[in-house]
Amino acid sequence: MADVDREQWLHMYEQMAKIRAFEEQVNELYTSAKMPGLAHLYIGEEAVAVGVCEALRRDDYITSTHRGHGHCLAKGAVLDKMFCELLGKAAGYCRGKGGSMHIADQDTGNLGANAIVGGSAAIATGAAFSSKRLGNGRVAICFFGEGALGQGVLYESMNMAQLWKLPVVYVCENNLYNEYTHHSESTAGSMKARAEAFGILAVEVNGQNVGEVHEAAQQLIARARRGDGPAFLLCHTYRYHGHHVGDISRAYYRSKDEEQEWKTNRDPLQSLKDWLTANGMADAGIFEQIERSVADEVSVAVNYALNAPFPAPEEVSQHVFA
Amino acid sequence: MSSPSANGRELTFGEAIKEALAEELRRDPRVFMLGEDIAEAGTTFKVLNGLVEEFGPERILDTPISEPGFTGLAVGAAMTGLRPVVDIMFGDFSGLIMDQIMNQAAKIHYMSGGKLKVPMVLRTTMGAGRRSAAQHSQSLHAWYSHIPGLKVAVPATPYDAKGLMKTAIRDDSPVIILEDKMMYKTVKGPVPAEEYTIPLGVADIKREGTDITLVATSSMVYVALEAAQLLDEIGVSAEVVDPRTMVPLDKQTLIESAKKTSRAIVIDEGYEQYGVTAELASVIADGAFYYLDAPVKRLGAMNVPIPFSPALEDLTIPNAKQVFEMAKVLCGKN
Ligand SMILES: Cc1ncc(C[n+]2csc(CCOP(=O)(O)OP(=O)(O)O)c2C)c(N)n1
Repeated sequence: MADVDREQWLHMYEQMAKIRAFEEQVNELYTSAKMPGLAHLYIGEEAVAVGVCEALRRDDYITSTHRGHGHCLAKGAVLDKMFCELLGKAAGYCRGKGGSMHIADQDTGNLGANAIVGGSAAIATGAAFSSKRLGNGRVAICFFGEGALGQGVLYESMNMAQLWKLPVVYVCENNLYNEYTHHSESTAGSMKARAEAFGILAVEVNGQNVGEVHEAAQQLIARARRGDGPAFLLCHTYRYHGHHVGDISRAYYRSKDEEQEWKTNRDPLQSLKDWLTANGMADAGIFEQIERSVADEVSVAVNYALNAPFPAPEEVSQHVFA
Repeated sequence: MSSPSANGRELTFGEAIKEALAEELRRDPRVFMLGEDIAEAGTTFKVLNGLVEEFGPERILDTPISEPGFTGLAVGAAMTGLRPVVDIMFGDFSGLIMDQIMNQAAKIHYMSGGKLKVPMVLRTTMGAGRRSAAQHSQSLHAWYSHIPGLKVAVPATPYDAKGLMKTAIRDDSPVIILEDKMMYKTVKGPVPAEEYTIPLGVADIKREGTDITLVATSSMVYVALEAAQLLDEIGVSAEVVDPRTMVPLDKQTLIESAKKTSRAIVIDEGYEQYGVTAELASVIADGAFYYLDAPVKRLGAMNVPIPFSPALEDLTIPNAKQVFEMAKVLCGKN
């Protein structure tokens, strides 16, 4: 396991618990018709965002996807501004103009969630280009689902990243499905070999094991920071909920048994709990305490957001140009 | 024309663009250029010759043939502290890069509630007339102008090209500049040696007149000037107005000119259907309605893919004779 002390392990657990509690609250907001638009829940995949972001500095960059709440929170976003953005409130990260699929936060190096599948591959690569040019030592992480492996711009970006030795790590979250289609129907050949064809170092991990993700991420990020070029981190994971909150009847593309198997035997939070307990670093009391404080934080934040004002009408035409 | 005295100094359209880029590269170390064959080759059109010798391959960067990839890379670089100038060889390749431009560059500032900025310039070409056929001859500035969040310039003279380019590079929003590839070498004009910039959103009156307004963009400015010459011979005084930028658009100058002359034709090299001419004609019709003695007319490229054969290609682009005939009818001179 990664070179991580007890305090960091517990911090990672807390981050995962925060993402899960946030997402459960989002699900509730949505199903009680308090949230406009769409929400793509990250529940089940928490170990990927947390394992990777724990290896980053605050000024490192990330780009994210339509399923981006976990990445934003793991990179340091705060709950109240997240809820405000999801509810379209003026105090949100993007003044309510981005919503769930476009959260960006310059202060935490978050260059934005992107609703175009594969849409941020080149942007993350451009951020890595800046880092190298400006010599500021920052690394860029490009999170994307395995569905983005079908998009050409990803390969164009990888080609340039390797040619120019850019400090970018492409993190592929293989949660098995591109919307309602299993990856075996959309992605030919080996996922890892796609990066290897460019000479990019590719590493494959169990995305449900935060320690494993973190250890690999640390190595690849350190390597990128040293100037040794891009890497590809393939994380095998699973989303517990539907593609988006409205995707309730899923039998036509995946079985209840499959869902149950991942939830009970491969849950990233439970796995970390079990491991920490077995290694004598924590006990049930500690986890309960973390969960309670996270739940409190979430409820304070969501209440704040529910009561926060919407943007003023004049805002509609502001920020078209910088 | 608005150009200050250049004391006889003249540059071609291409030289003026290169001079603007060189000055901005010198002024601001964050500026860099990227595109296909732009370094040693100095682009297909040889417009950037010599820049790599002065600024090095780190700032004049040859890319793989990956328009979406390197355009998107520029978006990311612009968001994180650099000021890229992207070169897209032919405007016809715009289809490839549209996601990076319309969904990313154009929207990021707005979607982030003003937190992120994308200070990039995209230079590309437009214009038919080189017998390059349907995939290398289009003028697609209407596409870019349609998307909120993009500024779009279509310079017609070396003076304008230089001044607008410098402003574009300093702008914190994405700016698209479309250069008529036929003009790089053929158009020459006064360009002062001293520093100047031209604000985006200010039209230029290329020729004063009293009887009819010819609003013309890019190479169509020359078509309009030629038509104005012909009109002169039959006693019609034409004013030629060049908006210079599509976005922001200097509506006021267009409207004032039409009010003064009471007639207007809009001429543009983009496809006529749903194109730039429709937008400009509507601005004039709306703003000068009670002053107009005739409906506003428009002339764009024919609504066909640009054909290869010279005999056909020349038919597709507006020419001075057409403008002249149209103006004659509008002025009741037939
Ligand atoms: C370019 C593009 N095509 C299609 C879509 C519609 N769409 C949204 S999410 C999605 C599936 C994405 O799957 P994946 O990349 O594996 O991410 P996941 O949802 O599994 O996290 C699709 C097809 C889109 N947003 N963008």
